[in-house]
Amino acid sequence: MAALKNGSISTIVDGKRVIVKKPELLAPAGTLEKLKIAVRYGADAVYIGGQEYSLRSNAGNFTFDDMKEGVAFARRYGAKVYVTTNIFAHNENIDGLEEYLRGLGEVGIAGIIVADPLIIETCRRVAPNVEVHLSTQQSLSNWRAVQYWKEEGLDRVVLARETTGEEMRLMKEKVDIEIETFVHGAMCIAYSGRCVLSNHMTARDSNRGGCCQSCRWDYNLVEMEDGEEMALTTEGDSPFAMSPKDLRLLQSIPGLVELGIDSLKIEGRMKSIHYIATVVSVYRKVIDAYCADPENFTIQPEWLEELEKCANRPAAPAFFEGTPGADEQLFGVHGKKASHDFTGLVVDYDKDTQIVTLQQRNFFRPGDTVEFFGPDMDAFTQVVGTVVDEDGNELDAARHPLQIVQFKVDHPVSKDDMMRKGL
Amino acid sequence: MTKPELLVTPGSVSEMNRQIEAGADAFVLGEQRYGLRLAGEFGRMQIQEAVTLAHAYGKKVYVAVNAIFHNKIADELDEYVQFVKESGADAIVFGDPAVLMAVRASAPDFPLHWSPETIATNWYTANYWGKRGSVRAVLARELSMDAIIETKENAEVAIEVQVHGMTCMFQSKRPLLGHYFEYMGKKMEIKKRQGAQNMLLHDEERSNKYPIYEDENGTHIMSPNDMCIIDELQEMIEAGIDSFKIDGVLQTEDYRVSVTKLYRKAIDLCVENPDQYEDEKEELLEEAEALQQDHRPLDTGFFFKETVY
Repeated sequence: MAALKNGSISTIVDGKRVIVKKPELLAPAGTLEKLKIAVRYGADAVYIGGQEYSLRSNAGNFTFDDMKEGVAFARRYGAKVYVTTNIFAHNENIDGLEEYLRGLGEVGIAGIIVADPLIIETCRRVAPNVEVHLSTQQSLSNWRAVQYWKEEGLDRVVLARETTGEEMRLMKEKVDIEIETFVHGAMCIAYSGRCVLSNHMTARDSNRGGCCQSCRWDYNLVEMEDGEEMALTTEGDSPFAMSPKDLRLLQSIPGLVELGIDSLKIEGRMKSIHYIATVVSVYRKVIDAYCADPENFTIQPEWLEELEKCANRPAAPAFFEGTPGADEQLFGVHGKKASHDFTGLVVDYDKDTQIVTLQQRNFFRPGDTVEFFGPDMDAFTQVVGTVVDEDGNELDAARHPLQIVQFKVDHPVSKDDMMRKGL
Repeated sequence: MTKPELLVTPGSVSEMNRQIEAGADAFVLGEQRYGLRLAGEFGRMQIQEAVTLAHAYGKKVYVAVNAIFHNKIADELDEYVQFVKESGADAIVFGDPAVLMAVRASAPDFPLHWSPETIATNWYTANYWGKRGSVRAVLARELSMDAIIETKENAEVAIEVQVHGMTCMFQSKRPLLGHYFEYMGKKMEIKKRQGAQNMLLHDEERSNKYPIYEDENGTHIMSPNDMCIIDELQEMIEAGIDSFKIDGVLQTEDYRVSVTKLYRKAIDLCVENPDQYEDEKEELLEEAEALQQDHRPLDTGFFFKETVY
């Protein structure tokens, strides 16, 4: 897609400006189940990891058969699938790479997200039908490097997390290439790819998927003075940490759309389906609302409240407006509890009896006030009445994960809707 | 066997005289604005002096332009690489492709050394940058001896390996020390400690102390130990590794010069008299150990350590 100069991202319809160049909403999908949820809840594209060469060695990860199924499902909704293949390979990883990439070329994925030129070049050779996107692991933070990758024939670049909105503007002006940037989720506090804390502290290679997040651990800051060690903290001070707040650019979506950014990315292949459903549906609403009527757009407080329902940490805009301050880091805090628990996934609904069939995901009991939300309905609250199990036995509480339970609801729901409970 | 180059990081032009006497063959230097984690600050005038001095003794100067650049400085690169070329320096050390673009535009065919630190991990990619103008790859410090040798066997570019000193574990664009002092309500400390290089993060669980400092490029956290493989050079020399680097960042001039002398001796012995190297290498290691501060033990880095993922 050609870069659009400022102004041409929109057109005038019936005297009203509307955005015609809507950015792609790109969601993480650690498993096939998460892929389906992300697509159902409004993602235009998802990124997944294969069994090898990806940076989340614990993320569930797709076999080629899973990928085929995922691609087929996504296609039904007009969505694309990208595969992260973004390790920095060592010599020992070269064997098998061609076969793996050839396999990727055959499952129908739209593109791969790559950091190492070894993988870029090999993909070109053995799977030329697959688009190549440069991973954020290359810490791409200036327009001339963007120009370099453009000349190398890449289809898209993912920017470093350290890039500001103004820097993005210049990149878009100078280079005609698709740009993808993170808008939401947990972020590295180091330049991606330039951190080997895990290698030193736990002998796990961070750039091949072994990161143990030691940046979030506690450390004591000391000073050496004439060979003597002196503590720089006093009793009661929180220890030193390098833990950033999570990124949240919800309020900057209008700015990103106006910059002509091509893809807005959500982090989190390890996150739950509840997290993915919540975050994707909120960003879907914001992007759609802004693009439909940019002049009358305002951020709705309920969008931010909605994100709090699944937030793992306090959030901040990080580098979008400039280098983040001390208040965008966490000291003595290791996350926060989301305001809501994910209590059930709708597997069926009977219109005639108004009975919902749910897969239990967290404890709830009759009398609890819960909330249902889904991709095709308006969220509503519900007081839980009598709950029965699959055999019709009445339960005093739904205690068991994945247990199938039923109760009556006031409004219609459908498969893949979710139930959550305020804490 | 050819002798690998002994490459060091001087803190000043005057130190270079001592380093040349101690046996250094080449220097990496530059200024913070363009280069990462340097042992000293070399402005343009110092670079010019350094080149003149080094060339008078048949030594080489490589200028570090290996920062991760944002737009603002990326636009200065044309002018800077042109300066480096005109200074008569022997190569530019780079990691960011913006530098490659600037060299193509303003100093075509000027030699480049590809040095992106942690991400130089395989021979194919070393050759990829070779095809784009790089004559040397500086390998990641996190590679094993076997991986280094295999890379050399397959490389179409010269291979540089760090053999001594601390390595960078982490670079953030955020001023993390400043933020911590600010969080503690001690903003006074930020100014007081500007440029300070004596702070450490104490990791109690591992009994490690990691040097941490801030500069124009952000916050840097360094390895708790200094790697030293003065007694394990033979295999790499036999394999034809082209350059051995001693990284002297955050060390004193005396320390750097002493280490250079030890490695000069080790390399010369290993090439000219391998039997004597065998006999004396333990002693060389002991002499290196004697130079260490208490809180910085020597180790062998990742040369013989397996990492999983």
